[in-house]
Amino acid sequence: MSARDPEPGRRIGDTLLQVQHISLAFGGVKALTDISFDVREHEIRAIIGPNGAGKSSMLNCINGVYSPQQGEIRFSGSTFRKMDPHKAATMGIARTFQNIALFKGMSVLDNIMTGRNLKMRSNLLAQALYIGPNRQEELAHREKVEQIIDFLQIESVRKTPVGRLPYGVQKRVELGRALAAEPRLLLLDEPMAGMNIEEKQDMCRFILDVNDEFGTTIVLIEHDMGVVMDISDRVVVLDYGKKIGDGTPAEVRANQAVIDAYLGVSH
Amino acid sequence: MQFFFEVLIGGLLAGVMYSLVALGFVLIYKASGVFNFAQGAMVFFAALTFVGVQEKTGLPFWAVLPITLAVMVLLGILTERIVLRPLVNQPQITLFMATIGLAFFIEGLAQLIWGTEVRRLDLGIQDEPIAVMMDNFDMMVSSFDVTAAVVAGVLVAVLAVFFNKTRIGRALRAVADDHQAALAVGIPLKQIWAIVWSVAGFVALVAGLLWGARNGVQFALTFVALKALPVLILGGFESILGAIVGGLIIGAAEKLAEVYLGPMVGGGIEGWFAYMLALLFLLVRPEGLFGERRIDRV
Amino acid sequence: MLYREAGQFRTSYAADQQLLPIRQDRILMAVLLAVAFVGVPLFASDYWLTALLTPFLVFALAALGLNILTGYAGQLSLGTAAFMAVGAFAAYNFQLRVPGMPILGSFVLGGLTAAVVGVAFGLPSLRIKGFYLAVATLAAQFFIPWLLVKVPWFTNNSSSGVITSQPIVILGYVFDTPGSKYLLVLAIVALMALAAKNLVRSRIGRAWMAVRDMDVAAEVIGIRIMRTKLIAFAVSSFYCGVAGALYAYAYLGSVEPDGFNLDLSFRILFMIIIGGVGSILGSFLGAAFITLLPIFLDVLLVDGALALGLNLPSGATSMVQLVVFGALIIFFLIVEPHGLARLWQIGKEKLRLWPFPY
Repeated sequence: MSARDPEPGRRIGDTLLQVQHISLAFGGVKALTDISFDVREHEIRAIIGPNGAGKSSMLNCINGVYSPQQGEIRFSGSTFRKMDPHKAATMGIARTFQNIALFKGMSVLDNIMTGRNLKMRSNLLAQALYIGPNRQEELAHREKVEQIIDFLQIESVRKTPVGRLPYGVQKRVELGRALAAEPRLLLLDEPMAGMNIEEKQDMCRFILDVNDEFGTTIVLIEHDMGVVMDISDRVVVLDYGKKIGDGTPAEVRANQAVIDAYLGVSH
Repeated sequence: MQFFFEVLIGGLLAGVMYSLVALGFVLIYKASGVFNFAQGAMVFFAALTFVGVQEKTGLPFWAVLPITLAVMVLLGILTERIVLRPLVNQPQITLFMATIGLAFFIEGLAQLIWGTEVRRLDLGIQDEPIAVMMDNFDMMVSSFDVTAAVVAGVLVAVLAVFFNKTRIGRALRAVADDHQAALAVGIPLKQIWAIVWSVAGFVALVAGLLWGARNGVQFALTFVALKALPVLILGGFESILGAIVGGLIIGAAEKLAEVYLGPMVGGGIEGWFAYMLALLFLLVRPEGLFGERRIDRV
Repeated sequence: MLYREAGQFRTSYAADQQLLPIRQDRILMAVLLAVAFVGVPLFASDYWLTALLTPFLVFALAALGLNILTGYAGQLSLGTAAFMAVGAFAAYNFQLRVPGMPILGSFVLGGLTAAVVGVAFGLPSLRIKGFYLAVATLAAQFFIPWLLVKVPWFTNNSSSGVITSQPIVILGYVFDTPGSKYLLVLAIVALMALAAKNLVRSRIGRAWMAVRDMDVAAEVIGIRIMRTKLIAFAVSSFYCGVAGALYAYAYLGSVEPDGFNLDLSFRILFMIIIGGVGSILGSFLGAAFITLLPIFLDVLLVDGALALGLNLPSGATSMVQLVVFGALIIFFLIVEPHGLARLWQIGKEKLRLWPFPY
């Protein structure tokens, strides 16, 4: 299979995110060195690379969990020396984590409702009284959240504490929580890690649907090459914190440096 | 100026005693990740048991010591077995709350067995100003404080060697680093924990004897442990060196503040000064003087 | 057979988001409130009202406050009693120094003062977690009572540090009987419990739990961790402050700073551990348990000793209390970390299936 054809109604737009010359080090360890790439509106952009290549660190720089020592990030017209997580969230960047980072003590419904936190306005007193505006607000957001629950087909577990759910479902809930914020840019850190083939297919479907139906731009990290080649528009390849390839799946597959990195050539 | 040094030395000597109690906390925290709030209760229990056995049997110091030590080891092992083993892998905060419960239990038990009255504990150490210091520098330095500090210093040194040079010590550090990995390479986790709790019991005994001899064996001994907590914040929970340096800083700062600052605000500040100091310190360096800064990975 | 929700369909999200969606629960709650507001004042003796029910309610309110901070927002505090002291002494001074100040206004202002102090001592929580924070809150526990003793203004120059609360008068009615004080406390506690329940099921409650469960993920969603934690400190301290004011005005009548000691803080912590961390209901169950247990133990020990012809050493009952409290805490943490509230829930789930559990 090759990269999927642009479908009708889905149009790749202008540059949404531009990562410029990002370098990140922990103490003496260089995690990322001078990384630059861009992400266009409505596209699915994959980041691949061997373990320890700096993929997760890259996502962490984009949404401000880590502060890179050098470089800048342009998002939607503004340039940032570094992001902070709250600013990233308000600008419409949402993400999921490699190891599930759900709120274990809360129900599925509450987890996804938490994703809408930024969109809610009631003050503390209104919340304490739970009347009028706050009640309306809770209900309005509940409806939105129920749409996401429907979309991800997790209706039957909406009141279950997430800690009790199987791994694959938890991954879905985490996607739901990110979607609840109605993001412009969705960062997915290995959304299919540890899943069996059916769960992977489901997750692929969800990712493509999100991209199609909501027009959300997606950056994802994935190890399964088949999946990456199938669903992504363009691919960045990292190795030892450096960018060694960038282009369409077909281009990347033909790139000698990428082949070396994956097949193993002495450095 | 002389007076200043006199106060400073007094404070540092008291600080060594704080270090001693803090050491018990650090040992257990390093090996099992438990912040043992009951350490103070163990100090109290040790001192009370020592005095109680002495009263009941009339045996000399060197005979009562091993008996008490045996009791403390037993207490440590039972604690590990009954309280902590079922709570393995629980959040640290749960373990912490469990040790608060443990503290209540031990305090109640000690007084149920031995009664509630204040007792005197005589270790045969003189509590007089040292003549040399008096004559040459005109400073009051208590011989008891110096002796106590020396004992504490020796204990700290022994423990440091034990931790760094022996096989058990190495195993302990491995356990502290990663329980699962230690288990995987064949370190008997449960034995190690039992050993640590026993050692903590031993440290509590030494601290209990020294503090008990100075202030009398009474319920207030448990408050000594409360003094050790700011020491830990200052020094970091994982560092033996931190416990020592933190103890010295807290001891000295507290005495100086008591003498110079106390009169200005009406006295009685020793109850909270160490805490406020630690709190201010936390705002600057949350991981403590010698603690490790952690990077959150996601 | 009585406890069935079959046939009760919730057809709108509004119906599903009610406080008590199951009819039987609503009936139970109505009965409970009726008994508390009508039955108890009619039939309970003065001893029950003053020595058991009023303190139970006051402690439940304090436990509620601590539970918001510890159970929902995940920040352990050992300084509950200090914040209660702030509430009590602030209310006293507002009542004393502001002419014409209504008593309820003093309670609210006392709570607000405690909230401000709580936020100040909550600041370290921005940088430290877990038991580091617990130790930091001990600073409040030791500093605040000391300050209240040392500055005579706070106690209106009372030489012993003891303050005697002013009479409670609302709209000309004097609350001076055990029954009237109980009703006042009950009304305040019921309203504040409802408000707490509403908070924890709203945006802020979810933010608290998110910070408790996984702070990095919460931050990435856009929750401001700093603000969320400080709001938890403020709301929690407000509850503790009002509880402190009621403790002084409706329960004891006169209090001194040293009465708000570490022991009281621990006692309230025990209430939430035994009752249920992160549960509004648990705060009440725990408060009831911890208030009743010493009385029960007293009776048991004294009668037991009499029956066996034993001579109890003095102070033995309080030592037994320490041992039993300690053992219970450990027992609950090991066996049922979610406390009595969880047991109640399990009971209800069993009841739904009873008598056909398969």
